[in-house]
Amino acid sequence: MHLWIIPLLPLAGAAINGLLGKRFSRGLVTTIALGSTALAFAMALWVAAQFAGLPPDQIPHIERYGTWLGAGSFSAEFGIYLDQLSLVMLLVVTGVGFLIHVYSVGYMEHEGGYYRYFSYLNLFMFFMLTLVLANNYLLMFVGWEGVGLASYLLIGFWFLKKSAADAGKKAFITNRVGDFGFLIALFLLIKHFGTLQYDSLWPLIGKYPAETAGAGLLTAIGLLMLIGATGKSAQIPLYVWLPDAMEGPTPVSALIHAATMVTAGVYMVARSHLVFNRAPDAAIAVAIIGTLTAIFAASIGIVQTDIKKVLAYSTISQLGYMFMACGVADYVGGIFHLVTHAFFKGLLFLAAGSVIHGLGGEQDMRNMGGLRKYLPYTFWCMTIATFAIAGLPPFAGFFSKDQILWSAWSSGYRVLWLIGVITAGMTSFYMFRLWFLTFFGEYRGPNPETAGHGHDADAQHAGHAGAVHDAQDAHAGGSHGHGAPHESPWVMVVPLMILALLSFVGGWIGVPHSLHGSDHFGSFLSPVFSATAAAAESAEEHGEASTELAFTAISVAVGLLGLLAAWWLYYKRPELPAKMAKAAGGLYTFVLEKYKVDELYGAVFIQPLIALSLNVFWKGIDRGLIDGAVDGGAAGAREVSDEMRHMQSGNIRSYAGWVAVGAAAVIAFMVWRGVR
Amino acid sequence: MVPLSYYLVLSAILFGCGVAGFLIKRNIITIFLSIELMLNGVNLSFVAFAAQLKSLDGHIFVFFVMVVAAAEAAVGLAIIISVFRTRETLNVDRVNLLKL
Repeated sequence: MHLWIIPLLPLAGAAINGLLGKRFSRGLVTTIALGSTALAFAMALWVAAQFAGLPPDQIPHIERYGTWLGAGSFSAEFGIYLDQLSLVMLLVVTGVGFLIHVYSVGYMEHEGGYYRYFSYLNLFMFFMLTLVLANNYLLMFVGWEGVGLASYLLIGFWFLKKSAADAGKKAFITNRVGDFGFLIALFLLIKHFGTLQYDSLWPLIGKYPAETAGAGLLTAIGLLMLIGATGKSAQIPLYVWLPDAMEGPTPVSALIHAATMVTAGVYMVARSHLVFNRAPDAAIAVAIIGTLTAIFAASIGIVQTDIKKVLAYSTISQLGYMFMACGVADYVGGIFHLVTHAFFKGLLFLAAGSVIHGLGGEQDMRNMGGLRKYLPYTFWCMTIATFAIAGLPPFAGFFSKDQILWSAWSSGYRVLWLIGVITAGMTSFYMFRLWFLTFFGEYRGPNPETAGHGHDADAQHAGHAGAVHDAQDAHAGGSHGHGAPHESPWVMVVPLMILALLSFVGGWIGVPHSLHGSDHFGSFLSPVFSATAAAAESAEEHGEASTELAFTAISVAVGLLGLLAAWWLYYKRPELPAKMAKAAGGLYTFVLEKYKVDELYGAVFIQPLIALSLNVFWKGIDRGLIDGAVDGGAAGAREVSDEMRHMQSGNIRSYAGWVAVGAAAVIAFMVWRGVR
Repeated sequence: MVPLSYYLVLSAILFGCGVAGFLIKRNIITIFLSIELMLNGVNLSFVAFAAQLKSLDGHIFVFFVMVVAAAEAAVGLAIIISVFRTRETLNVDRVNLLKL
């Protein structure tokens, strides 16, 4: 099917825009960037159509293009592995990616470095597609690292702003820690199985005895993979980079730090399901990490005031749900939530971006409010997304979250289910808090009447005109001279609407049997996880449909409860939250300051590392030992030369003297040795 | 017959005088003479050994040395004359244009 074209299209776009884009007009840059992504998406759709026609014995469809590297018995290829799982990922990445490209055209309209932005964005698409399509772990790792690079470049897009540059570094270095674990997992796989090709690796792992009692090789591999996944997917303990990553442009937050890249860890765990299947200890570790992250991040999200930070913690929390699902072997549920999350979280970020754009850079929700009448389209799209993430029927998030919670219950880990339900309530609460704070009540920003700018279509961007700056300029565009809040241009609103539609109906592909649906998504994906599914299936048989319905009712009730609480606190009695915060006192500040995790890591890891590097490695080893050896050698040579210099005085008689001394020395030596 | 050691001691004295003159004197001509003195000191030991060992080798060496010394004297004196013409001095310490 020539699948290689799909990743190479965005790569070509990235190369053309990156190398030549500086001389191109904006229109040309846009055409190249959007064209390559649109073609990739079109091709992905075509591939999906072809895939549907493949006989089951030809799935997975593997294409090999040659050996990439071979060393002894080990070899890795350039190759593509297309099964139901990678097809779903392919469609999500290209589809959501394309919509966000379109949106970016509007969002980045007034920014410098336009070509650079789209070049990075296309580069990200290339690496993400490599990651999901690779037919071996090594090629997947290339994509894995590549998306990290693209993420770094885009977080630090406004690199003259120190916080943005720092956030980029933080993301990259934190990911490095996780990648280290992933890499060791790959080394273990090579050492014990001799291959990283999926098609030859899976049967080998399949023959490996399950480590039901005690831990062993597969448990180690699984745990190391989990470390890799916690880095990329922002789970405890490596989640700290994601909130800071919000320094990047908002479409980047939507695409990379919500919809696609951060789900790479979930994809990797699902892809490695055979390993986790045979290492229950590692699997339950995945579930526990996911659950803890879900509730931990949700609790931070409740008190944040920056609209993007709320969404960032919400992303971490939702990713936690996906890990919870994978950990209890409901990979279908995890991937289902991944897909719906890509829709509604992408939409939430884009809508938030639309709000920020409309307010000229304002991100603090305390300065928003009443935006419903200024940004009507954004409001309605945001509403759908909020209902979707809160898990209220019939929106997309309801079906996927419900499935995860049900699997958590039916797998026997009731505590996980309980935490999951509580988190669902918190999710609903903080999302509706955001919704009420942003769109309801009175506008709390600078008074639009006194702001001075007329608000006809032409002057719409007059405020921005002052903010036209080179990328080199920090994103200080901010609120200076910005007129009243305004709706975003069509190029931004249309992607919102498409995503809103998907957030609405996206869940219907997986309506569970208990609601008299046919669970198309589950039956589509289940062949991939057939080995795992058998166990899960039997567990599901045990659960009565009525019990499942009862649990569905519980999660809906919890979602509604969150909605009501947010309505009461942030719409009906908006003075209450401040009082409650005061009552909670230190606890509130503690949560607001993100449980001081950054400070903890700083004190435990970063400061000692810096001290060690500074005092031992720099001042001790580098300056003392290495520089000392070099400088000492040079100084010694100079000392000796300084003495030897006197020999070469230019004075003929002193030369003669040296000759005589030399001759005498030779004679003395010969006499001493005994002349024969 | 005079013992060999006498010749050798005389030869060493001549050579030592040559070395000392070479090192101490500043006049190029004197230095030149000192070199000749050293050569002849060596020549003396050659012929002494030749006589002692009843071998012609030493004599042949002496002839070679004398030929070389004659050639050297010719070239050396020519150089000295041209140095004197340009520098108007025979003091070796002043002939130091190549020194930095």
